[in-house]
Amino acid sequence: MKAKVFVTLKNGVLDPQGKAAHGSLERAGYSFIKDIRIGKVIEIELDDMDRTEAEDRLAEICEKLLANTVMENYRVEIDG
Amino acid sequence: MKFGVIVFPGSNCDHDCYHAAKHIYGGDTSYIWHKETKLDSLDCIIVPGGFSYGDYLRPGAVAKGSPVMNEVVKFADSGGLVIGICNGFQVLTESRLLPGVLMRNRDLKFICEDVTLRVENVDTPFTGSYEEGEVVTMPIAHADGNYFADPDTLKELEDNGRVVFRYSTPDGRITGEANPNGSLSNIAGIVNKAGNVMGLMPHPERALEEILGPIGGRGLFDSILKAAG
Repeated sequence: MKAKVFVTLKNGVLDPQGKAAHGSLERAGYSFIKDIRIGKVIEIELDDMDRTEAEDRLAEICEKLLANTVMENYRVEIDG
Repeated sequence: MKFGVIVFPGSNCDHDCYHAAKHIYGGDTSYIWHKETKLDSLDCIIVPGGFSYGDYLRPGAVAKGSPVMNEVVKFADSGGLVIGICNGFQVLTESRLLPGVLMRNRDLKFICEDVTLRVENVDTPFTGSYEEGEVVTMPIAHADGNYFADPDTLKELEDNGRVVFRYSTPDGRITGEANPNGSLSNIAGIVNKAGNVMGLMPHPERALEEILGPIGGRGLFDSILKAAG
């Protein structure tokens, strides 16, 4: 069973990396970009289990380690 | 006075802290490997700077799961003095011993320079030997020192004098220009609610000997020694 965890900065948290990427694209002439926020995708392979159980257990590891909820949100996507 | 210096894989200021505690201050000082599950009786634990676990995931994120951190949390809960410096501060926020988080510097750069700090609260075990409002110089050396907390937490810190050091101009003004990394309210160091756990991004252990430069860290170690009797 496979899953992806998307870790993104909360609204209102400054993202200097996103700003730098945005600035770089603007300088390269891509003027249609309004804003860029950079996050992480974490690919996880896990034991087969009931989907709801997988969601619960993945949420637990997000809270515990994968995301810092002071500044980040997370979203879990289970493949298939 | 018994100091313990935590050593994670990737710590690189552990020797500086050991040198400060043992050779400069004459404390009975030992290294504590991250796999330890039992601590000797100690007066003060130093969580040193460096790049614990290569800063993988987030600075301090993997270190918080080290066996020794359970013991550090117990020690802190029982009132023991814990100080986290630089990466140590990041480890303490990740471990939730201190609120907030240290994010990537505003300008994305690793900054290594001397900074001036205003001492905001001298009523802590870590600052009792400073004067209120005193401006001291210490070096910083970090890429992730941009302190962030939600507005409620920030208010809680401010209202209760838990902001201990702020980046300031040499004459003690708190300005945007004096803020090297984008930290909210120029925050450089904070204490927990009980006052026995402190984290700061600047390096007091590197600011103790005149031959090496500024000596703004002396007040901090003097304070700890005084507080621990």
